[in-house]
Amino acid sequence: MQIVSQIGERTLNGLGYVGSLAALATRAAYYTLVAPFQGKPLRLQRAISQAMDTGVRALPILSLITFFIGLILALQAAYELRRFGAISAVATAVAVSMSRELGPLITAIVVIGRSGSAFAAEIGTMKVSEEIDALETMAISPVRFLVAPKFLAMMVMLPCLTIWANSMGILGGSLFGVAQADFTLRRYLQASIDSLLLRDITTGLVKSVMFGITITAVGCLEGLATAGGAEQVGRSTTRAVVMSIFLVVVVDLFFTALFFFAGSR
Amino acid sequence: MTAEPIISLQDLRVSYGEREILHGISFDVLPGETLVILGGSGSGKSTLLRTLVGLEKPSAGEIWIKGHDLAKTTATEMDAIRKKIGMSFQGGALFGSMTVGENVALPLREHTRLEDSTIEIMVRLKLQQVGLEGFEDYMPAQLSGGMKKRAAVARALAMDPEILFFDEPSAGLDPIIAAGIDQLILELKRAFRMTLIVVTHELASAFLIADRMLLIDKGNIVALGTVEEMRKSVQPRVRQFLDRVAEPEISGEMDYLQMLTAERLEPRSSAGKRGK
Repeated sequence: MQIVSQIGERTLNGLGYVGSLAALATRAAYYTLVAPFQGKPLRLQRAISQAMDTGVRALPILSLITFFIGLILALQAAYELRRFGAISAVATAVAVSMSRELGPLITAIVVIGRSGSAFAAEIGTMKVSEEIDALETMAISPVRFLVAPKFLAMMVMLPCLTIWANSMGILGGSLFGVAQADFTLRRYLQASIDSLLLRDITTGLVKSVMFGITITAVGCLEGLATAGGAEQVGRSTTRAVVMSIFLVVVVDLFFTALFFFAGSR
Repeated sequence: MTAEPIISLQDLRVSYGEREILHGISFDVLPGETLVILGGSGSGKSTLLRTLVGLEKPSAGEIWIKGHDLAKTTATEMDAIRKKIGMSFQGGALFGSMTVGENVALPLREHTRLEDSTIEIMVRLKLQQVGLEGFEDYMPAQLSGGMKKRAAVARALAMDPEILFFDEPSAGLDPIIAAGIDQLILELKRAFRMTLIVVTHELASAFLIADRMLLIDKGNIVALGTVEEMRKSVQPRVRQFLDRVAEPEISGEMDYLQMLTAERLEPRSSAGKRGK
């Protein structure tokens, strides 16, 4: 009996957490989309510098990682395809799995490590040093001041990064294609482009926007929930990373299933 | 003729979850008055201050600030009240990513439509008032503890508030710097006739700056009166605090036995530590 009540309690807590994420995201959306037209301007400059941080500065490491992932995908696909003499299908395999799944997912994971954790640490430190309280006593909403620019930056940058990640993955695959599967670079890229439907790319981008919202909401919520001292900031950061990875996978599953059933009709 | 109180508390109660921290606090503050709130660690004085600036919601009772009941205000009304109050936090709470000048300018940029050049002049003026002229372009991390507090006061003054709240203004400062902060508070009092609410446990500074004093202990008001009244008070708890007498040790055998067998007290230290 006790187990049942424990499961019930955990479930309610989980739903409550998702609820507070949604509430935070909604308030951030209000300050990004509605409030600027009511005379409360958005901190656009802050959003741009945030976008530089989460987007542009992530490019080198993201490029390297997705290039290798593309190459790994090609090797793994070729292992199986070779048995059917269909090694030339490796371009299709890499392009489709990168754009539909691994591009958005790997991008999200790199961004969680770089930015989701940084959000929690930044806001958590501000919470501990009473800076969040100071904002409130100055009648400045912390959500508008701190969270909204991050949301805007992430919702714009994650799809951009994802497109970049897709291209780098395909480029990584082409290394194998050219070296082992009798492709020229030009023909490999052509084969990749031919194999992709627009739907493959858009579903990936829709997912990446949702990932961006999830990562920002978790990072900022964990930061704002920090109470106590410096030790708690570390704990919030860890929680932000773990929760973000988990929730990104859940969101991924949800949308993949949605697109699967919507597409199969 | 007595003036309308600018702050009025009626039976204020504040709880964190199940635990009640403040058990029915009532007092009035008159415009232009300096009230010092004294109390030991965990007495609830920080919670009282946080409630007065709207960072904690009261669980019961009324807080009237300039004719608005904080317990019943909407978010918009609350923001309007907050523009008329300033708060200087214990650690300064300056934004580490902005320069001192940007910190002071922030409320002006957010709440007024003043031109940048005007804001710049006002920032210089406010920094001059706290004795920090020329420090606009420093980062908070480059300032000493006392300078951080002064900068925080400058930021709290930015919107020309009618009420200024101080949380432990001299905590963690050496006696000379702390005396400088006391002087600053006295100047603010003289020059601007501002209403000041100061939370502290530094007795010397309390007697220097206060018009009236409030001693709270375990979430209740122990004494409230002018500096003279407090000095002459014969109330044991007041005397203990002012004469700096340690809590009496457990002496009798029966007391000791009772301590061992009694039910455990609720931990209350964590609530007292909030806001520190």
